[in-house]
Amino acid sequence: MEPYRQLDFLQLDDQFTEEELMVRDTVRSWVNERFMPVVMEHWEAGTFPMELAPELGELGVFGPTIPEEYGGAGMSSVTYGLICQELERGDSGLRSFVSVQGSLVMYPIFAYGSEEQKREWLPKLASGEAIGCFGLTEPDFGSNPGGMLTTAKKDGDDWILNGRKMWITNGGVSQIAIVWARAEEGIRGFIVPTDAKGFSAPEQKHKWSLRASMTSELVLEDVRVPASAMLPNVRGLKGPLGCLTQARYGICWGAVGSALACFDEALSYSKERIVFDKPLAGFQIPQKKLADAATDITLGQLLALRVGRMKDAGKMEPHHINMAKRNNCAMSLKTARDLRDVLGANGITLEYHTGRHMCNMESVITYEGTHDIHTLAIGQHLTGLAAFR
Amino acid sequence: MNIVACMKRVPTTELVAKVGADGKHLDASGVQYMVSFYDEIAVEEAVKTKEKHGGEVTVLTLGPSDAAKELRECLAKGADKGVILTDDSWSDRDAHSTAEALKAKIEELGADVVFCGRVATDRDSASVGPMLATMLGWACVTDVVELDLEADKGTAKREADGGIETYAFALPAVITCQKDLNEPRYAGLKGIMAAKKKPIDESPAPAASNQAEVLALELPPARPDGRILGEGAAAVPALIDALRNEAKVL
Ligand SMILES: Cc1cc2nc3c(=O)[nH]c(=O)nc-3n(C[C@H](O)[C@H](O)[C@H](O)COP(=O)(O)OP(=O)(O)OC[C@H]3O[C@@H](n4cnc5c(N)ncnc54)[C@H](O)[C@@H]3O)c2cc1C
Repeated sequence: MEPYRQLDFLQLDDQFTEEELMVRDTVRSWVNERFMPVVMEHWEAGTFPMELAPELGELGVFGPTIPEEYGGAGMSSVTYGLICQELERGDSGLRSFVSVQGSLVMYPIFAYGSEEQKREWLPKLASGEAIGCFGLTEPDFGSNPGGMLTTAKKDGDDWILNGRKMWITNGGVSQIAIVWARAEEGIRGFIVPTDAKGFSAPEQKHKWSLRASMTSELVLEDVRVPASAMLPNVRGLKGPLGCLTQARYGICWGAVGSALACFDEALSYSKERIVFDKPLAGFQIPQKKLADAATDITLGQLLALRVGRMKDAGKMEPHHINMAKRNNCAMSLKTARDLRDVLGANGITLEYHTGRHMCNMESVITYEGTHDIHTLAIGQHLTGLAAFR
Repeated sequence: MNIVACMKRVPTTELVAKVGADGKHLDASGVQYMVSFYDEIAVEEAVKTKEKHGGEVTVLTLGPSDAAKELRECLAKGADKGVILTDDSWSDRDAHSTAEALKAKIEELGADVVFCGRVATDRDSASVGPMLATMLGWACVTDVVELDLEADKGTAKREADGGIETYAFALPAVITCQKDLNEPRYAGLKGIMAAKKKPIDESPAPAASNQAEVLALELPPARPDGRILGEGAAAVPALIDALRNEAKVL
């Protein structure tokens, strides 16, 4: 197959600065050279290539929007979006790894942490020396995290944490977990070292989606942490939801990257594959699939770009993200499903990427708020009436 | 150490080359550019030399103002400043004329060592580096795969046909870089941010002094389609026959 060529139907490259494009191209080359050669093997084995974590740190993709004094690169949100796009063009597991580290671990420490917490953790997380995970979802509370049962009880100056978290990306490969728990005063976030007594992270196996990503339960049995482990500057559900807004923003772009990978593969495959004596690309049905995909991807690119520029201008609000995450994940899943057809039997092998993306998107459309939950959030914004209950 | 790396922007490897209407130039419409592959190695070696010996790396290019994009990439990977000798007809220059322009600027900048790529991946002529050294009256080692520099001298291994030659030379010198010399780093995000603040100087290149002129540019003839002679062992006689009598390789 030919080297990856990104669809840019509306010449959107004109809308990016030289610096944004340089970052995008750098990440793209890294993914081509360092990640693509190993993705199939890891996806099949159900593992993430942990040896690449320091390289990702060196590249600067962990928390790139965090200021330089804390180890970030002080970059724009659009740049961060392009990074997510390129990573997820490789695999949703790679983008998830980076999203969790940057948006769900570094962001809460940066936004809600004390100065000491920031100084202690952010540089290590930025370099990849430490890896973190984010524990919000529980066995019985996914879409409705406000019902969480995990508790935090004061004991002198310490906190005692008890409960179970589920579906935690990077849970088993982290040095710290950001754990959200119910305290008397409301929901609180804690930086929990994963080697703390009473903490364990059994792996959740047998996934057929997001396989190149480690998912674990977090079990907390009388885990004692000092007062300094609590994130002091936020209380209530808006803490974790604020993190999710950041991560969902990255997903809007990442989903586009995944769809771009499928499109590129299906386009070049259809031109090379001869059926009934001529290239598959010369038949109307595959052309319709490609035309639909190109249109849907382009609309997704526009949506991500607009939301990104609004975010950089300080104008982005959660309902914008609800729309972009909802639309782009659905777009990407549909694109992958449709284009997988174009690849015929090859489409069900891991030698080709589209099937892998198709399976991955089933997770991406589910986590960080399911499609239907985002529908309800948009509905609530439009009507002023909540339909969650 | 005062270090210069010479860099040429070349069409990206994805380019589907088309000859322009005049039959002498590449059709430049829609062409995207990148740092020539071996020049990336030259820039990396320059930055590594700075990291070891201290000093400053200047990346020098002859090209249009737009070459600032490729220079920024080099600055993002650790070079300190960029210099463009501007010439919108840069791609019309022959190696002599390019080397002459670079020489004048390098004398002005005052370099201890100059790194060039082994060859630019567009023209494939591998002559600017050695010409530059000749004009400067400096030592030159081409196709270098291993380099050890001291303050005023160095040793270099170069790839010769079927073997490795080791040279000792005095600085200043021109080194042309072969691909095994190093592995160019990625521009990290911090490097890209830092590059924004680094200077790029532009000044007009001296007038071209071409000694050779391109008369015609043609694409290689299209390769004829392959042919399937049959399957399995039964096809072997036909294959041998074709190799012997048509391709005449047996
Ligand atoms: C691979 C993977 C990685 C993950 N990583 C993390 C992580 O790192 N950290 C973390 O905290 N979580 C993580 N999650 C969890 C994820 O965020 C949740 O799975 C998600 O929020 C959905 O919750 P649930 O699975 O409990 O589904 P449920 O909430 O049980 O939803 C089931 C279905 O009901 C629908 N539904 C729910 N409520 C309503 C309603 N009010 N009205 C209409 N329909 C409704 C949903 O849309 C869905 O279709 C991950 C999940 C996956 C699959």
